Amino acid sequence: MSRIVYEYPRGGKYGRYGGRFVSETLMPALEELEEAYLKFKEDPEFKKKLKYYLEKFAGRPTPLYYAANLTEKFGGPKIYLKREDLAHGGAHKINNTIGQALLAKSMGKTRVIAETGAGQHGVATAMACAALGLKAEIYMGAEDMKRQRLNVFRMRLLGAEVHPVESGSRTLKDAINEALRDWVTNVQTTYYLIGSVVGPHPYPMIVRDFQSVIGFETREQILVQEGRLPDAIVACVGGGSNAIGIFYPFIEDEDVELYGVEAAGEGLESGRHAASLCAGSEGVFHGMLSYVLQDENGQILTTHSISAGLDYPGVGPEHSFLKSIGRVKYDAVTDEEALEAFLELSRLEGIIPALEPCHALAYAKKLAEKMSKDEILVVNLSGRGDKDVEVVANRLGVKI
Amino acid sequence: MSIANAFRELRKRNEGALIAYVTGGDPSPKHTPRIVKALVEGGADIIEIGIPFSDPIADGPVIQASDVRALNAGTTPNTVFEIVREVKKTVNIPIVILTYYNIIFRRGVGRFLESASRSNVDGVIVADLPVEEAEEYKNHAEKNGVDTIFLAAPSTPLNRLEKILKMASGFLYLVSVFGVTGMREHVAQLTMQTIRKIRPYTINRVPLAVGFGISKPEHVGSVISCGADGAIVGSAFVRLIEEKYGDFNGLLEELTAYAKIMKLATKLRSQFD
Repeated sequence: MSRIVYEYPRGGKYGRYGGRFVSETLMPALEELEEAYLKFKEDPEFKKKLKYYLEKFAGRPTPLYYAANLTEKFGGPKIYLKREDLAHGGAHKINNTIGQALLAKSMGKTRVIAETGAGQHGVATAMACAALGLKAEIYMGAEDMKRQRLNVFRMRLLGAEVHPVESGSRTLKDAINEALRDWVTNVQTTYYLIGSVVGPHPYPMIVRDFQSVIGFETREQILVQEGRLPDAIVACVGGGSNAIGIFYPFIEDEDVELYGVEAAGEGLESGRHAASLCAGSEGVFHGMLSYVLQDENGQILTTHSISAGLDYPGVGPEHSFLKSIGRVKYDAVTDEEALEAFLELSRLEGIIPALEPCHALAYAKKLAEKMSKDEILVVNLSGRGDKDVEVVANRLGVKI
Repeated sequence: MSIANAFRELRKRNEGALIAYVTGGDPSPKHTPRIVKALVEGGADIIEIGIPFSDPIADGPVIQASDVRALNAGTTPNTVFEIVREVKKTVNIPIVILTYYNIIFRRGVGRFLESASRSNVDGVIVADLPVEEAEEYKNHAEKNGVDTIFLAAPSTPLNRLEKILKMASGFLYLVSVFGVTGMREHVAQLTMQTIRKIRPYTINRVPLAVGFGISKPEHVGSVISCGADGAIVGSAFVRLIEEKYGDFNGLLEELTAYAKIMKLATKLRSQFD
């Protein structure tokens, strides 16, 4: 493969995907954001601050852990886990929120808004804003607020205001709609801190850049620990930020196979899933041209996944591009398979994973069957599972 | 009548245009043609009919709710095209479609504009399609003789406005405020400033119509006397539909009456040009 042609996506395009499909009111704000980002990205002072907060506040680098028990159980390649569950807040989300909150502050914005599904991005935004002295307001679907009460309380403890969203399916996509409506109203004073590699340009690029710290660390660590690059990397894909984060620094390494795993929910044929790349079609949604779950008339469908973090009908445009050129293989695993992986990792490795990366773990198990013992497989363990224990207990019929 | 002709006629009479928006299929597809006729009877000069979308991010709660009613009633893009074709048989004013880009993209940009043209749609407004992404759309619209109504906002700098004006036909839709559609108590100072700022660039090129928050006769009067060629009223009519559709004949009368007083306010055009 030649160079990463889309390193800086001209016009915000990854091949034919991406772009900016927003109200005219927001166009100047997106241009301002792009300009500011390109400036601060190269600014030594900004880079120094980002490094400081990533190390001292977020706890980076996170370890690349050799999962000996899982390796033995799978009976195939050496399994390594990139421990994003150990980052501050319990997920990779903090990498992006620290970066964007610093950017907001550098741009002189005082108010930050964000959307959240499961609440992880909301919590990470609230943490970053508290640390940097910014006011955070979080939009969250009323349905999700019920499912994730603990995270709502965490956000409030961190000083954020949480706005319930009652429109549509009252989940993540509606929270994004509402955040966009807020932004269009308050665009002069407000920074919209998007939580994944989705939305209009430059967001997919900005979030990718801040999340690619995962992949750069992984690269360095595996070279130290194994003296070579891995044979395969697996990550779960909802909007796709943890996946892009770990994939991006390996895109040009043709020998490293990349796998993105979507939520098949109750099965792709059931129609109750969130697998935009595997079962969706091209569409324009939330400001981007990408794969989306929609009906024949272009109405966006409601999605289902056991994991709230993957429960989204769109996906980042760069993933659509990577699918189109065949660089990343996308597949999907069901709620059931993810749940099995949840229990397995907890017992075998003493790590309770979030349900999102359980999709990657479940897929890694299948992949391992086809790989040999001298190969290396890295799974991005994008978050810890404390937030999911209630969902899992319910699912198992256990009262806690 | 084409949009350009409609504005020409109005100009001769020294009136601004009353542009009325309703969501197609709200509360159900069979109601829309009669609602449109009631608005035309009241004096609406141009009608905008929305193709409902599941995720209308440029709209406030009133129009969001109308999209939900229309979608629940089974409204599709084809339903709305049917409505336009039917309305056009009896009503000789321009009909404009307003929607979101995914509705167009999903059908195929070319196919969508062919359908629009075949249904006698005069122009299309796409709430989330900035000029940078609009080349294919513009080409197909021109080929099919459909006007491309683009939006400008208070935040639009003059160099962007120039790009927008190159693409715009029919009229330029000026979003009057920072925000989403919906009724507001007053017309903002910002709205007046923006009309005054933009007007010198649109004059003799394309009519300027102002929308978002224009819900009372005095709002219409303000923007028209400030120099706008048209006032776009949406949520106020849609709210009436939401509240009164149970008594449908009563609703039609109210829509006509409300359109009448709004129309009256468009006749307050000043003589400065």
